[in-house]
Amino acid sequence: MLAEILISAFLVIAGIFGLVGSLGMIKLQETMQRLHAPTKATTLGVGGVLIASMLYFGLIKGQLSFHELMITLFLFLTAPISANFVAKTFLQANMRAKDLPPSQSEYGWSVYVDPPKRESPEGD
Amino acid sequence: MITSAPIFSFACFGLGLLLNLWRIATGPDSADRILALDTMVINIIALLILYGIWQGTAVYYEASMLVAMVGFVSTVAYCRFVLRGDIIE
Repeated sequence: MLAEILISAFLVIAGIFGLVGSLGMIKLQETMQRLHAPTKATTLGVGGVLIASMLYFGLIKGQLSFHELMITLFLFLTAPISANFVAKTFLQANMRAKDLPPSQSEYGWSVYVDPPKRESPEGD
Repeated sequence: MITSAPIFSFACFGLGLLLNLWRIATGPDSADRILALDTMVINIIALLILYGIWQGTAVYYEASMLVAMVGFVSTVAYCRFVLRGDIIE
């Protein structure tokens, strides 16, 4: 009984987080603001569903597995990378280099400037 | 309770998919569309795992893992194509 309540709570919370993340795609005004909603809320929603699945198969079905943690880890690793790529795509299409603050280093922002050449092709 | 909570969750993620579809149709920018496709992939992973809970089988882990990998690779490839005009330089 307690296990069912726990699993149901995780499922409902995950559903609400997922819906908030997708609602943010519609509700927020700018592209850079819209970047926040899916990368944070939806990832958390999927994490909740995966925890609920793990609890369900462990407590009710009696076959505990850690496959879900692998998917959670994969999603948590890849969400920032894809958000970074989407932000770069937006910057390249809509902003120029002079609109941004200086990058505080020798080279400019990597969206606009090619990476510096290595001294020797073999590396260091 | 255990039967109605997955239905609620199915409804939430399904509605989320529809909202993402709206953003894909009306997105003013290609970055919006890439972001909406990425969110759609994440919602579909959640739906697959929910379906696995609903059916009581563990077969859908592998499917959701594959969908997660393909979704990430396709997001990165689409962004690279828009950014550099080439996927593998």
